Amino acid sequence: MQSKIFPSPSAALAGLLFDGMTIMSGGFGLSGNPENLIVALKEAGVRGLTVISNNCGADGFGLWMLLNNGQIRKMISSYVGENKLFEQLYQSGELELELNPQGTLAERIRAGGAGIPAFYTKTGVGTVVAEGKPVESFDGELYVRERWLQSDLSIVKAWKADPEGNLVFRKTARNFNPVMATAGKVTVAEAEIVVAAGELDPDAIHTPGIYVDRVIQGSGYEKRIERLTTRPRPTSLGAAL
Amino acid sequence: MSEPTKGRTRDEMAARAARELRDGYYVNLGIGIPTLVANHIPDTLHVTLQSENGMLGMGPFPYEGEADPDLINAGKQTITELPTSSFFNSAESFAMIRGGHIDLTILGAMEVSVGGDIANWTIPGKMLKGMGGAMDLVAGVKRVVAVMEHANKQGQSKILNRCSLPLTGAAVVDLIITDLCVFACDKKGGTGLTLLELTPGVTLDEVRSKTEAAFDPGHCA
Repeated sequence: MQSKIFPSPSAALAGLLFDGMTIMSGGFGLSGNPENLIVALKEAGVRGLTVISNNCGADGFGLWMLLNNGQIRKMISSYVGENKLFEQLYQSGELELELNPQGTLAERIRAGGAGIPAFYTKTGVGTVVAEGKPVESFDGELYVRERWLQSDLSIVKAWKADPEGNLVFRKTARNFNPVMATAGKVTVAEAEIVVAAGELDPDAIHTPGIYVDRVIQGSGYEKRIERLTTRPRPTSLGAAL
Repeated sequence: MSEPTKGRTRDEMAARAARELRDGYYVNLGIGIPTLVANHIPDTLHVTLQSENGMLGMGPFPYEGEADPDLINAGKQTITELPTSSFFNSAESFAMIRGGHIDLTILGAMEVSVGGDIANWTIPGKMLKGMGGAMDLVAGVKRVVAVMEHANKQGQSKILNRCSLPLTGAAVVDLIITDLCVFACDKKGGTGLTLLELTPGVTLDEVRSKTEAAFDPGHCA
């Protein structure tokens, strides 16, 4: 078998890209974004993309770069606030947007990876989200039918990866990454640390390698913080009190 | 903003909302006033905070210089973990929410109706943001508490017979806490709003004059 480890982000995307394709990109806000692969998508210049991601980056960072480069035709997201460029492009009609409740978005992706074409959820019943979708009663409660999501390519960001493509994520940088890894026809993962076979505890793996086709060692992680929020350190006086 | 209010401040509303917490509860707090509820959790209660981006057991904000970009809450603020925290992916997080495993959610609102409808995610033509996890929370969490100013900036009632804004959820709110009072909402039974408490210094007449929706004054009459 050919190794899953690729030498660079552009090498890992070679042969996978075409105009009009659908790409899932992991991350919540700016946490757990596939920073290296997004830059490689920008450099590749692939256009007319439908991008499925909870958000669309933030000014100057993450998927914002693809937006700014005119590569995205449609976003499927749950929250696109704090992104002036997004608002401009949406209002001028250059960008299509499908807003999904965050849990519905996550479950549609999970369903896509698990081979479940549709499911019912209470979320969105009686709101615009349910318009045009079948609503059915189960045990006296109304539920709306939602369809699966799949991608031509999923790009995800792990903390650690091994040559088998097993992935481990770190803290809340996990978010959408594991489910998106399951729902791509091809999944490319970038990791902060690529370890040798045997170094990951099989009991602690979040994403088994079967879902991951290609792996790269990421570099230069910026990991920008959107809302730095801290509290003052207790002073010695405060500690004494 | 024009006239000084004698009702609860934002922090006092959060303190009142904290009285809805019970020992052992799993709780999800929304953005804005609800975030302040975390400052009012009594030491005597063990309450676990869920963050829908994938964490149970949220700790306080980090000390300066100790923020970790891989550790944020749903409002994208840096936070810390506790000895009993756990992390999970987004699908698992919303399985918890949708599956009825979260006991209580406290959310901000732009409008709430007499039937328990809530609107808190968009103003058509004015605000392009998205619903995030709000629709899942109101649909799936066992008890939904809305915390908000009684009137909007134009002085109009935010407690309405029917919401005018696009809904986040229909017939989902159990309790409304405002600067002026607290209403119980019979979301399933259809008997509407019952006034439970007046903020000290606020009269029933004042609440009546500032509330579009009809309500049962209950024991405040």
